[in-house]
Amino acid sequence: MKKFALAGNPNCGKTTLFNLLTGSTAYVGNWPGVTVDKREGVYKRGEEPVSIVDLPGIYSLSPYTPEEVVSRNFILDERPDCVINIVDATNLERNLYLTTQLMEIDVPVVLALNMMDAVEKKGDKIDAARLEKKIGLPVVTISALKGNGIKELMDRAIKVSKSPRKGETVLKDSPIAHLIRDVSIALEGQKVAAPLFHAVKLSEMDEIEVRMHPELVPTVDAFKSTFSDDTFGTDFEAVVADARYKYISANYSSVVERSGKEKTALTKSDKADRILTHRIWGIPIFLVILLGIFHLTFSENLLFLNGFGEGWMPSLFGSVEEGGLGWEENAATTLLACFYDGTVFSPGVILTNLWNWTIGWIGTLLELCCAPAAPWVGSFVVDGIWGGLSAVLGFLPQILVLFLFFSILEDSGYMARVAFILDRIFRKFGLSGRAFMPMIMGFGCSLPAMINTRTLADEQERTATVRVIPFFSCGAKLPILTAVAGAIVSSFGVGNADLITYGMYLLGVVTAIVCVLIMRSTTMRGEVPPFIMELPAYHAPLFKGLMIHLWDKTKHFIKKAFTIIFASTIVIWFLSSFSWNWQFLLEEVEAGGETVMVNLHADRSILGSVGMLIQPLFTPLGFGSQLGAAGWVFAVAAITGLVAKENVIASFGTLAAAVAGSYIATEEGIMEVSAMIAATGITIPALISFIAFNMLTIPCFAACATARAELPKGKFKWTLLFWVCTSYVVSSAIYLIGSWWWTAFIAAAVVAAAVVGIVLWNKKRPVKEEQPVQASERAEAEIAVSDEEHKEE
Amino acid sequence: MQKLLSELSVGETGIVKSVAGEGKLRRRLFDMGVTPGAEVVLRKKAPLGDPLEITIRGYELTLRKTEAACVGLEVKE
Repeated sequence: MKKFALAGNPNCGKTTLFNLLTGSTAYVGNWPGVTVDKREGVYKRGEEPVSIVDLPGIYSLSPYTPEEVVSRNFILDERPDCVINIVDATNLERNLYLTTQLMEIDVPVVLALNMMDAVEKKGDKIDAARLEKKIGLPVVTISALKGNGIKELMDRAIKVSKSPRKGETVLKDSPIAHLIRDVSIALEGQKVAAPLFHAVKLSEMDEIEVRMHPELVPTVDAFKSTFSDDTFGTDFEAVVADARYKYISANYSSVVERSGKEKTALTKSDKADRILTHRIWGIPIFLVILLGIFHLTFSENLLFLNGFGEGWMPSLFGSVEEGGLGWEENAATTLLACFYDGTVFSPGVILTNLWNWTIGWIGTLLELCCAPAAPWVGSFVVDGIWGGLSAVLGFLPQILVLFLFFSILEDSGYMARVAFILDRIFRKFGLSGRAFMPMIMGFGCSLPAMINTRTLADEQERTATVRVIPFFSCGAKLPILTAVAGAIVSSFGVGNADLITYGMYLLGVVTAIVCVLIMRSTTMRGEVPPFIMELPAYHAPLFKGLMIHLWDKTKHFIKKAFTIIFASTIVIWFLSSFSWNWQFLLEEVEAGGETVMVNLHADRSILGSVGMLIQPLFTPLGFGSQLGAAGWVFAVAAITGLVAKENVIASFGTLAAAVAGSYIATEEGIMEVSAMIAATGITIPALISFIAFNMLTIPCFAACATARAELPKGKFKWTLLFWVCTSYVVSSAIYLIGSWWWTAFIAAAVVAAAVVGIVLWNKKRPVKEEQPVQASERAEAEIAVSDEEHKEE
Repeated sequence: MQKLLSELSVGETGIVKSVAGEGKLRRRLFDMGVTPGAEVVLRKKAPLGDPLEITIRGYELTLRKTEAACVGLEVKE
């Protein structure tokens, strides 16, 4: 089967074309740099099927970014039969800059001139036939969005792929044309494929080429000693880039016939931009949009409708609790309660409730089906398998809603402006504005957030961001927060549950900022990564695009949910339901007229004994040895949380039954935690420390697997250690200061000493220059990672 | 008049004369079309004064002031 590669600038419609050709659902964004690894599909509508490879969007074939190295190596090593170079017609000059590099490789190239409709809308014209003549490559005008010209493009591509093409260069009249020719001849003598391309790169002293052909470096150096350009001296990288753009302006720009009117008139995009990035209103507008998104996703009081007077909307719970309703009426009331319970819920909460309502009914049905079987079988199906699945999938709706909003921001082009607005703030912490997107996604789920760090160009920035993403409390951690916060309020009668929850979210964000600062001034010192980014024009997001985009964000979560998290919840079920001598611990108990399976002896389970063993470790955190015999429950809850945070709430149920000796089950887990508080005598600071530990420690197995794949080799084990240490230190500080206020002075002294230490240490050692080789080594590691990803899929 | 890109005021136009800096940063500027002869317009500054948004070769590019300080311009009086 023939293999074609799609290459082009970021945001030029490349992925849209790929979807059109292959019918696949690759991810299309209005955010520069969405495809870091290549993806493959098959075009079936031609005379023969053709394999299509979508390369990452790139501006050049320089050796500095992983995307560029991936694309370059693919074209050189895999030798596609044809390269389809997509060119954004609205931005011809910069797009053709890549074309001038692609045409130096010995491979057939077809130019797909995309977005011609946008050019015509402006009143401009592009003479494609003239461009074809000037550039010497077939040019086809297409509209990837509308699907025009696709057949013709593929026909031309198949035709040119039948005969080989020799590389051509636009540098024939440049000052270093002689050098390129000499090196090219030398490489040809060595039977190197694509000698012209390598010759040009070698003349630029491209670090990958220098390593591959060190024997030719003296030739370049010899030429350098006899040559000096007026503006650039002997910096051939600059000479080449300049010559390319000069050639493009002189030869190709003339094919554009400008109407001349666009310079004065403001486009719609410009008008939108004037407001959205306004000097004064830009940041407030951004904050309102962000708050609006979180409100619509998480709020249980939509638009604060119930804020105008407590309880003017009648509550529903009265009628449910009165009982005596048939199951049909019961179902109807609980269904209604999904939307409204004294206050109107936000769309995110409504969806979650409906989803859980459905899951709940399926669970009940399963229980009925399994009733005749052995008790452990029923428990395995209902608590183990279905319980695991529903715990994981329970907050899928909220993640979907949150990510739908993010997708809208991204597709419309606003997210790039957010990076623009926030860069000044992020730079203070040693990051760039681009790091905002993955961090904010962390509030939904860490997995897609970590994958999104691929849009960050700098490796250290990526590592730092991946490490702090779990501190942005994800959807699975919210139930732990609400359960413990609710229990604190109901058991001790102090505080406000919402306030505690918000406080913990804030703690996570502050910890993230502090950790990034510490990393950037100790282990990851170096220059702040550059922030040179294209700002795409705004456009209204398309429904199809949004759905594809949403799927791309959520699929990682679903995939991991059904594999890692699912398997681990079953293991947890097993460990908590069986004792060391294989005795099944659950028994039937009468509760409220129903018979339920309850584990009243979790202390005898395998998990319980493990909890008791490690309980002393949590003593500095306030939920260790000081809690006495029943204190192991918090240790167990914390361990199950390491596997998946969804497990913590389920563990509360089991554990509360064990310590209280009776069956308790509430949806939000408040009663369970209250029972655990009563049995152990745990204090408020220790409880806060407990939730802080859960928020900041190892996020879950699925996030660990993702972090491992996204981080550079060898960094993962340090990341695990970082998570454990951060959570341990922060939680024990909370417990100690909360229990004995005067320890705050000791903590302050330690922090001051640490700050002074870091500052002094940094003064002694100036920032090391980045080794030039590192960049390409990283790129190779990157390729290895992306290959692994492919195998996985 | 000679000016650095970072010194341009909003709405002002200049022609790129020189690009300083080194390695990755410089190459990135070249690849994005910031080469001698290109016309640059400073579109706006971000709400906090940095980074900058410029129009170059018909598209919008954002870069920080420190990066813009590498670009020397000729500005018409």
